[in-house]
Order: sequence, then structure tokens, then C-alpha cells
Amino acid sequence: MAFWDYANPTRFLRLVAIVLPWLAGLCVIAFAAGLYMSFQAPEDYQQGQTIRIMYIHVPAAWLCMMCYTVMSLSSIGTLVWKHPLADVSAKSAAPIGAAFTFMALLTGSFWGKPMWGTYWVWDARLTSVLVLMIMYLGLMTLWRTMDDPIKAGKAAAVLTLVGALNLPIIKFSVDWWSTLHQPASVIRLDGPTIHPTQLWPLLVMAVAFTLLFLVLHLMAMRNEILRRRVRALRMRAASVSHPGTAAATAQPAE
Amino acid sequence: MDLGPHSGFIVASYALCVLTVLGLIAWVRIDKIVQDRAMKELADQGIGRNRPDKRKR
Repeated sequence: MAFWDYANPTRFLRLVAIVLPWLAGLCVIAFAAGLYMSFQAPEDYQQGQTIRIMYIHVPAAWLCMMCYTVMSLSSIGTLVWKHPLADVSAKSAAPIGAAFTFMALLTGSFWGKPMWGTYWVWDARLTSVLVLMIMYLGLMTLWRTMDDPIKAGKAAAVLTLVGALNLPIIKFSVDWWSTLHQPASVIRLDGPTIHPTQLWPLLVMAVAFTLLFLVLHLMAMRNEILRRRVRALRMRAASVSHPGTAAATAQPAE
Repeated sequence: MDLGPHSGFIVASYALCVLTVLGLIAWVRIDKIVQDRAMKELADQGIGRNRPDKRKR
């Protein structure tokens, strides 16, 4: 069976039923290992114990960008190939991305107060991540305001791709402008600048967060497929009982 | 474990993450229950995914 055969929602649901328990198990193991390593890691010589916040703040920040990247790729799938699952994927990822962005912003504030002396500053990194949060909320609102999921999906795909311009701004904001936020210390051309005793727990937590995203995304996609099936069945039932009144809107997940 | 003078910020950060993740898990689980219930109600009314012409075959 080719990879593209999983574009069929029914086959996709069958695959999810098989994969999900394994991913969820791996996610729990990764979190257990990551949290253990995070609290065993030595404290920072300057920041002391507040370095523990890094082990959740940085993965949340990475994931909020990865989630938007997934939505952008899905949007290309919606607009270019009209892939039956692309729109479902983009819509399902938005609330998860918003939650990760919320985590990144709040944990960043809790880390900033003892280290910078302030919860918030309007510097380029913080502001661009706040813009990302607003983009997520705007997209979620757009999907909810339009009845027809096909039309909503296309409009949201265009808006998502416009918003993707913010991703390089977030990534390189600390290099392009003078910011209070520190520059990149892990994903750098010359290699990470963090000591391995602090880097490894961070990487394990990043894997755990990524697995969490995959689990939640697959579960949310499954729900979205079911929601579209319910909608399609209700419309079919309405068209049978009141012929000519129900709009014959094709559903990708039908 | 002594988390030092800024323990409140560390505990608040982890608590926030736990609550957010639990909220996400609750959201997908409750949504699944709602969709399953809706599918079951439709099936009980005889409205299934198989079209009548397919069922006859």
C-alpha cells in the first residue's frame, strides 16, 4: 500500500487506531525520562534552579512553531492538491498550537521575572510569538465562523500561509534585532552552546513534547473526520426528508 | 529537592504546563465522546454511511 493511500479517511482512521496506543505509550515514557533528567541536571551557574523552566519553555516554544509549520504544509495540501486530509490536519492542529504557544509565553514570563526583572517586554522575539498566538486564535475563529468546512478550509489555508511569514521572523528575531531574549543556543550552525548535562534533558523533553503533539494531533484529526461525517449524514437525512432544501455540499471526510 | 528562592516561578511553570496538557487531553477525549454519540444517534435512526443502493447489493 502506498503512502498516499492513507489520504483515504477510512484507511487513515484504521491506521490511527493501530498507531495511537504505541505513540501514547512512547510519549509517557519520554516524559517520565525527560522529567527525571530535568530535575537531575545540575543547576545553572548564573540562573540557578530557574534553569528547570527551560526544560518546558524551550520545547513548548519549538512545538508552537513546528505546529504552525505543519499547518502551513497542510494548507499547501489543501490549496494545491485538495488533499482530503490536509484541511482536517490544519484545523485540528490549530488549538494544539495555540496551547503550546500559550505555554511558551507564560513559562517565558515566569522565567523572565526572576532573570530579567520583568514578566514582559515588547522585544522582537516575545512580540512575534504573541503575534503567532493571535494568528492561531484568528484561524480558530475563522473556522468556527463559516458553516461550510470546504470554504472555511480554503480561506484558513490562505491566511495560514500569509501567517507563515512570521515563522522566520520568530526564529531570527534574536539575530536581526537587539532583544532582551537570549540568542539561539541549541539550533546553531556552530553547534549547541549548552553543556551536555543540560542539553540531553532538554532534547529528551523536546522528543516528549513532539510525541505529545503527534498523539493529540492524530486524536483531534480523528474527531474532525467524525464531525464531518456526522455533518454529512445529517445533511443527507435532511435532503431525504426535505428534498431541495439541504445544500449538497461534498465533505472531504465523507 | 530545594528549588531555591525562585521556587514559586518554577512550580507555577510546571503546574501551568500540566494543566494545559490535561486541558488538551480532556478536549480531544470529550470531543470524541460527543462525535461517537452523534454517530450512534444517527445509526439508531437508520442513517448510516452506506447508501441504500449499496446495501441492496
